[in-house]
Amino acid sequence: MSKNKESIINQLTQKPWEPAQVKVDNLHEGKTFNLHVGKLGLRYLMVVSTIMFCLFIVTYADRMVYDDWVRMPEPFLLWINTLILVISSFVFIRIQLASKKNNFEKARRELFFIGFLAVLFLIGQLLVWQDLVQAGYYVSGSPANGYFYVFTTLHGFHLLGGLIYWAMTINKVWKLENIVIRKAKHTIELCAIYWHFLLAVWIVLFGLMLFS
Amino acid sequence: MIVAVLVVLVTLGSVAFHMWSPWWWSEIASNWVGMDDTIILTFWITGAVFVAIGLFMAYCIWKYKYNKDKRADYEPENSKLEWALTIITTIGVIALLAPGLIVWKNFVTVPKGAYEIEVVGQQWYWMYRLPGKDGVLGTTDIKNINDDNPFGLNTDDPHSVDDILIDADDLHILKDQTLKLNLRALDVLHDFYVPQFRAKMDMVPGMITYYWFTPIKTGTFEILCAEYCGTGHYSMLGYVIVDEEEDYNEWLSEQMTFEETLASNGKSDLIKIALNKKNDL
Amino acid sequence: MAADSYDDVAKNKDSIPSLEVPPQDLYHAKSWWTKYIFCQDAKVIGIQYALTAVAIGMVGLVSSWLMRMQIAFPGVIPMEAGAYYQLVTMHGMIMVVYLLTALFLGGFGNFLIPLMVGARDMVFPYVNMVSFWVFFLAVIILAASYFVPGGPTGAGWTLYPPQAITSGTPGGDGLGIVLMLVSLAVFVIGFTMGGLNYVITILQARTRGMTLMRLPLTVWGIFTATVLALFAFPALFVAGIMMTLDNMLGTSFFMPAIVEFGERLTYDGGSPILFQHLFWFFGHPEVYIVALPAFGIVSDLISVHARKNIFGYRMMVWAIVVIGALSFIVWAHHMYVAGMNPWFGFFFATTTLIIAVPTAIKVYNWVLTLWRGNIKLTIPMLFAIAFIITFVNGGLTGLFLGNVAVDVPLSDTYFVVAHFHMVMGIAPVLVILGSIYHWFPLITGRFLNERLGRIHFWVTFIGSYSIYFPMHYLGFMGVTRRYFEVFEGDNFTYSIIGINQFITVAALITGAVQFLFFYNIIVSSKFGKKAGKNPWKACSLEWQTPDVPPTHGNFGKELPVVYRWAYDYSVPGADKDYITQDTPPSAVANAKAEQT
Repeated sequence: MSKNKESIINQLTQKPWEPAQVKVDNLHEGKTFNLHVGKLGLRYLMVVSTIMFCLFIVTYADRMVYDDWVRMPEPFLLWINTLILVISSFVFIRIQLASKKNNFEKARRELFFIGFLAVLFLIGQLLVWQDLVQAGYYVSGSPANGYFYVFTTLHGFHLLGGLIYWAMTINKVWKLENIVIRKAKHTIELCAIYWHFLLAVWIVLFGLMLFS
Repeated sequence: MIVAVLVVLVTLGSVAFHMWSPWWWSEIASNWVGMDDTIILTFWITGAVFVAIGLFMAYCIWKYKYNKDKRADYEPENSKLEWALTIITTIGVIALLAPGLIVWKNFVTVPKGAYEIEVVGQQWYWMYRLPGKDGVLGTTDIKNINDDNPFGLNTDDPHSVDDILIDADDLHILKDQTLKLNLRALDVLHDFYVPQFRAKMDMVPGMITYYWFTPIKTGTFEILCAEYCGTGHYSMLGYVIVDEEEDYNEWLSEQMTFEETLASNGKSDLIKIALNKKNDL
Repeated sequence: MAADSYDDVAKNKDSIPSLEVPPQDLYHAKSWWTKYIFCQDAKVIGIQYALTAVAIGMVGLVSSWLMRMQIAFPGVIPMEAGAYYQLVTMHGMIMVVYLLTALFLGGFGNFLIPLMVGARDMVFPYVNMVSFWVFFLAVIILAASYFVPGGPTGAGWTLYPPQAITSGTPGGDGLGIVLMLVSLAVFVIGFTMGGLNYVITILQARTRGMTLMRLPLTVWGIFTATVLALFAFPALFVAGIMMTLDNMLGTSFFMPAIVEFGERLTYDGGSPILFQHLFWFFGHPEVYIVALPAFGIVSDLISVHARKNIFGYRMMVWAIVVIGALSFIVWAHHMYVAGMNPWFGFFFATTTLIIAVPTAIKVYNWVLTLWRGNIKLTIPMLFAIAFIITFVNGGLTGLFLGNVAVDVPLSDTYFVVAHFHMVMGIAPVLVILGSIYHWFPLITGRFLNERLGRIHFWVTFIGSYSIYFPMHYLGFMGVTRRYFEVFEGDNFTYSIIGINQFITVAALITGAVQFLFFYNIIVSSKFGKKAGKNPWKACSLEWQTPDVPPTHGNFGKELPVVYRWAYDYSVPGADKDYITQDTPPSAVANAKAEQT
């Protein structure tokens, strides 16, 4: 059955009352995409969050053109934090490979490492804040400062949310004997996708602040 | 039956209310007759659609009342009918939109030679500024505002010296003189609206908005603030008085320029630079 | 592509692999708490949403009474200008966001989606439960703003800066505005969780045979509205966060340099218009987030009670999708006179009037469904008819306001108030009321009282029409909205006192009759006439559950299999005037439409 391959236009122009169409439709399995709901759900959340960041960026661009725009310095620590995120993504790729090979021992170990990196990143971001505040870059100082704090906070909250899911993943991989292995793999995959997403968001935001 | 009758009554009642109720706009006092005409045109078109749909529905309710021995038609769709209706609707929409856009084009194109004056809104009263003898409004900056300089005029701008400042809610304007109103707000959003002139535009702090019109009737017209601006919004009123030339000049001669205002407060030194520059010109 | 032939499927049901949900995936309540309070069953969550929304909605209703009293009979209820503006603001915000949005998507969405698509529950029941409690928290925060010093915000529901966060506005320099913004942000977070469920359940958890084009229009309406919300709510969230920062931390995202009451504030350089863009980028789709579910539901009401398939089903689906898409490029028609670049007016007037075409098609198709139907004038049908009249009226006045030059004299007057109350206030509420009469037998197994229902209907319809139809004419006269006192002045050709008093009396009566309706609900849920299974003889799946009201898991042992679209009413040759969606072809062999 060639389910899910029909284009959306084709589906929307069907005449569901016509006998020929009825025959075809009766064999439909009821799904629109050949995707697990978890993955689709994650995509949905990523889309919402992307839209939110895009809107921020639009307002950022709108605000930037005024002449009272004062650039923020980029503390060197930010580069280190970025590196931490890159390493996390890299580690996640290794975890995925390990879980594919059913090497859950290794996956478990490295998942803990991920948690460590995430906490490290958040601490790093707080240190950056501290530096900036000490240097006199308050949130109300200039719009660029405001955006910097907003972006880092929202990104940080996304990472915190990710850590909740990370804890659930650890939980699943830990009690592996009680649960279907397929499910654990699935959870690891979703967690990895989310971490890559956070890296991408960070790179866009960081790049934006760097080059404007 | 009773339902069908009531649907008819609601439909025709609405039309009757429109025709015979005493509540209607006051006679226009500016050049924006085009706006009124577009509204009337929109009334004809939308009114026809409203009546047609209402009456047709009443007919259906009356004619196709439930009868357990009868069956409804089985007709999933009728492409021809649906496309025909779509096209008719599109034509109707174009007929509404085209005149509207033409009027809007007029509204946003300020004619050359329009007399520029400034209207300033703040919580919760109006102020006005006329360009004075040189015919040019001086530049302003919100940072200059203080008790001596309520408009925030730049004290080094030679054009600001002879600007006529009207720190009152009432404004006199000259009949048949095309005006461009430069709109400025000092604190929050306001909107300078005189129902008889039809035109309006928000005043936004941090920017200068504008619109233009030509008063075509003498008289006294009430100003309403049309953009919510806080607790006193409803009391932010004033009058525009449209005068013939004689009355207008009499009123104008009673108003003080920026220079005179400062002089009366003994603060003439504030505008020294501007006065020097003016002499250089 | 059809590997099995039609007859095989029909005759040999065993050839269809079981689609049973494995038992461990279906949540089971273990205690009273998890059954009624922290419940994961979408039906219960739907009812929780509805009750919470209606409860806060009553605050909105009473606010409107008090406002109307002030306008028509000033002094009868002593009130300061600030209090009046607080009423205006809370009325607007509560009605639009916390009542209508929550009721349509959270209430009807949760209750109807799994039942209509043939699923046992939403795909993420736990997230669904959290969604409700986050919404509940948002309502609590909103309600809390009544009890802080200075009271709730009086900034108008549009919350335009700078006035929203300055001292000239009630609640602007206190906690009122902060709590409002926080509550909205929490609402958006909760709603995102709910929306996740609605969209993915509709896409992925439909039962066998349920193609997209076999879905009832109710599901299409809710689906599209949820997708709109997915794109639109982040804009509100972003605007809310930035304004909160402006207010609390002194940033200048939206705040330009201003002098307030002679005092220069520290803000500099922000853009108030930017906020308006963000707000209406959310705000206009929000109108359709409320309207599209109403469009969908009313299509089903009309079809069921006219015993006729909805006319032009495909066109109806396309119209919903097109309206949804267009709603994102019309937002600035709320800002024609806001001071934005005037040349935007041409673009937004054009897109706005284009949206009238698919909307008109929907109206034609509703009316054409009545044509040659077999119309039962049940209470849901009466509400549907009232909806059409109200919606046509409100939609047509939209053609005034969307047409940029006509909007200039009318914007910010009572014409606008009348227009949006007709089109997104009364019209959707009529649908909500009609659909409660329609689905009450499914929810409780009993009918609502017919006599009380008819009284309720006539008073509501005639009453609300008498409130808002004359109000348009105040707008033509130039009576500006949001005025604590309307001065008669010399502006008006005729006294507006009488008409205002008439409107207020109509509003009081129309509001009061809603309590008759609540009484009807409470009494009928205990003592109403028993409805039995599928009392309206409807085709769609929600009526085909083995138990009425449907129990946990919705469909008993086996999920239904769908063999037809949701509108097989009055099929020529069939024994009855409806064939339910799960009726196999073999059972209606002689119906004409079944023959190839």
